[in-house]
Amino acid sequence: MLDLTYDTPKPKVIAGAKHDWELVIGMEVHAQVSSKAKLFSGASTQFGAEPNSNVAFVDAGMPGMLPVINEGCVALAVKTGLGLKAQINLRSAFDRKNYFYPDLPQGYQISQLYHPIVGEGEVLVEMGDGTARMVRIERIHLEQDAGKSIHDMDPAMSFVDLNRTGVALMEIVSRPDIRGPEEAAAYIAKLRQILRYLGTCDGNMQNGNLRADVNVSVCRPGQYEKYQETQDFSHLGTRCEIKNMNSMRFIQQAIEYEARRQITILESGGSIDQETRLYDPDKGETRSMRSKEEAHDYRYFPDPDLLPLEIEQAWVDEIASDMPELPDEKKARFISDFSLSDYDASVLTAEAENAAYFEEVATHGDGKLAANWVINELFGRLKKEDHDITETPVSPAQLGAIIELIAKGDISGKIAKDLFEIVYTEGGDPAQIVEERGMKQVTDTSAIEAAVDQVIADNPAQVEKAKENPKLAGWFVGQVMKATGGKANPKAVNEIVAKKLNG
Amino acid sequence: MSELSKLTIAEARDKLRTGDVTAVELTEACLSEIEGAKALNAFVHNTPEIALDQAKAADERIKGGDAPDMCGIPLGIKDLFCTKGVPSQAASAILGGFKPEYESTVTQNLFDAGAVMLGKLNMDEFAMGSSNETSTYGDVVNPWRRGNEDTALTPGGSSGGSAAAVAADLCLAATGTDTGGSIRQPAAFVGITGVKPTYGRCSRWGIVAFASSLDQAGPMTKTVRDAAIMLQTMCGHDPKDSTSADLAVPDFEAALTGDIRGKKIGIPKEYRMDGMPDEIEKLWEQGREMMRDAGAEIVDISLPHTKYALPAYYVIAPAEASSNLARYDGVRFGHRAKLAQGDGITEMYEKTRAEGFGDEVKRRVMVGTYVLSAGFYDAYYNRARKVRALIKRDFEQVFDQGIDAILTPATPSAAFGLGEMSDADPVQMYLNDVFTVTVNLAGLPGVAVPAGLDKQGLPLGLQLIGKPWAEDEMLNFAYCLEQSTGFVEKPSKWW
Repeated sequence: MLDLTYDTPKPKVIAGAKHDWELVIGMEVHAQVSSKAKLFSGASTQFGAEPNSNVAFVDAGMPGMLPVINEGCVALAVKTGLGLKAQINLRSAFDRKNYFYPDLPQGYQISQLYHPIVGEGEVLVEMGDGTARMVRIERIHLEQDAGKSIHDMDPAMSFVDLNRTGVALMEIVSRPDIRGPEEAAAYIAKLRQILRYLGTCDGNMQNGNLRADVNVSVCRPGQYEKYQETQDFSHLGTRCEIKNMNSMRFIQQAIEYEARRQITILESGGSIDQETRLYDPDKGETRSMRSKEEAHDYRYFPDPDLLPLEIEQAWVDEIASDMPELPDEKKARFISDFSLSDYDASVLTAEAENAAYFEEVATHGDGKLAANWVINELFGRLKKEDHDITETPVSPAQLGAIIELIAKGDISGKIAKDLFEIVYTEGGDPAQIVEERGMKQVTDTSAIEAAVDQVIADNPAQVEKAKENPKLAGWFVGQVMKATGGKANPKAVNEIVAKKLNG
Repeated sequence: MSELSKLTIAEARDKLRTGDVTAVELTEACLSEIEGAKALNAFVHNTPEIALDQAKAADERIKGGDAPDMCGIPLGIKDLFCTKGVPSQAASAILGGFKPEYESTVTQNLFDAGAVMLGKLNMDEFAMGSSNETSTYGDVVNPWRRGNEDTALTPGGSSGGSAAAVAADLCLAATGTDTGGSIRQPAAFVGITGVKPTYGRCSRWGIVAFASSLDQAGPMTKTVRDAAIMLQTMCGHDPKDSTSADLAVPDFEAALTGDIRGKKIGIPKEYRMDGMPDEIEKLWEQGREMMRDAGAEIVDISLPHTKYALPAYYVIAPAEASSNLARYDGVRFGHRAKLAQGDGITEMYEKTRAEGFGDEVKRRVMVGTYVLSAGFYDAYYNRARKVRALIKRDFEQVFDQGIDAILTPATPSAAFGLGEMSDADPVQMYLNDVFTVTVNLAGLPGVAVPAGLDKQGLPLGLQLIGKPWAEDEMLNFAYCLEQSTGFVEKPSKWW
């Protein structure tokens, strides 16, 4: 329903020396499953533990050790699939991807090449300018993460930390539907948002819990449409895969660089080698990871230690019945229920915690007012201290109480900001603070009239000028507000000042 | 005292209970036999301290009454089983010095029942071989000899140490593993009983993997009854092995009634190979007669895809092995080659594996790597998997027709001389498995039973193949055959 309200964004066009070129991007996102134990062992997945302390015998590839699937990881993969509106495969299977590396103790990674647990799905990627791209998901499969090789601790030796070895990853493979660096970043951001809503991956890119291999190719305008019609990849250019990116900024830079590199080669009559490349953020360039002689033949074959993974529809249904509201639905609901703008709704739904906070505040009164206060005051204040919503000192009930006071006319917007600061720094019940500190707005017109009369009486010269120039009424309003300590209802002051000056 | 090591499990069980013998006495008898049998090279690592501790504990338990059947029974353990704190090298130099921090499920089951570990038994390196000539510990010598010759013969393989140790009465029984015939062929070569259970009956956890979809542990014993008793303790569901079956285990010993009246025994025509020695043919014929005499119906059957089994096996097993053996890289345990200045990780892998693996293991790793590589996968590995499915279907169809078990020869020959095949094409050696690999490919239970001696006085065995999960019935057929042949011959002691 929502996607119909968006236009399709224009692909990024790069002008080469000879022609224009378009970008075609597909991504393989590796998302660490939010599980306390590894995919095939009971070892902990806790980040930052002592090296080699979270290692079961099977993780270390000890002789005779066998993998046993962690059902919790399977459930989270299914949940992710459901969140991406994808097909859940009731029968999937694990394969071995064979290669030698010291951080891969078994000599193979257990993955799902032939029969992934999740099939085709989709992700709506909004670009913030009223356009959105529907990116198709080809598949999601479960696989083991590798360990970490450390080469800079000793001049002659390398070290290996197996804590990460065997941690469950979901590899989320997109179709080549992404058409520019900004779209790529937006796609990752959206995927991350959905995963965090689902609670299936914490999305922490810095820790490497969400990282992407980015496939980039370029083609002449019109070629992509031919691919779309036929799904025939020969209409597209040869792709290069940029490995292991865990920063949205670098992803964009790498794509930009890689596209330009390919264009230069193509325009000078060369051809692109399909290869894996690494992005060097210091130099701002991608470079080839390995030569053809070193190209891996992974010798995939079904892992004989594991039976095919069979799950029941009833179990999938059970998981489906426990799905949280997802970002697209939540945003649509915020727009319709609280009359929020697309932008405000996007900001509030960016993180599930933000949305939950807002909804609680909104129970205290007007949704739009609540949105303004959450976005402008609370988020602004939190950002100043580099905090996120989970660290807010102001509870939704407190902010709700402030909004109630505004709505009742007990305090002005200006006083409310002072009150917010008090609550933020000192805490306390907003209504009580207003009462105790005499912050209540003066709405008693006779008191305001008295104050206005006083200001007029004290400033006869100004009164004369104001009669010539009605704009000076504002000065009287300011004086009255000052005299009342900002507690006078500004609307009432305005009216009375105008009446008295004109009268 | 040496007579004690000749006891069967069943005999020892009874004597232990009546107090005629203690587990310590049994164990000491075996340890002394082992000491005197170095010429056989069956045991590669002795664990007398562990054995005597276990035996003392077993005696206490027996005294307390209610001890399990295997309590106090001295066993040899194939080196493929990881035994906690005890060298477990799969007879390979690449696992030099490796002492696992864990105990395999099968040996744990045995020790939990009070069984005694005398030591670790020689075998072909990583269970790859049919003559026990690929071991880093050197060849095992068969206790049997041809007539009056003193030619050293193979005990078969890969469980050659287990076979020789049981046949020579160095222990009451031994564990073996069988990937393509590694229990049944050596059992046949030394005149003992060897059972390969249904795939999934015994846990593979803690057994060094050769070919995961084919490997099964099983007992190697002096009698069928002993095999029933020992298998009962070895097997059972293990949540640590995803391929272990969560099924109830029948009472194997109780199934040994010897009554096979009305049962149908299938005789597969495809197992009548060209060039098969007359003696084997005759033995098979005798087996048929004995089972008919015992009241079974003998039915000619066809297993049409049999001839493709050996090639399929020698694609699938090396493919899995090439991946399973990738972990022996010198990084974390076992052998690591000395490196030269400037050597990197690639050199470390290459030198370590070149030094650590023997020729047969290298051959299979290379074959396996080849058949899995891009461009060859469909032609070899995938085709072999399809053949495997057809072989399995052959058996299913036969069993669906009402056949209760299948009788075949266990091996195409009697034990051959050590070194006799060294110049032959490796495929000649692989032919040893011709009657046994089908059982592994189909995941079925099989048992080799000694059935007679050839002209040179060497034992020959017959194989019974059972229905999946019907080891009880299969063992009863084997029991019947054992009763009928009356095979009691032992090798004359020369060592």
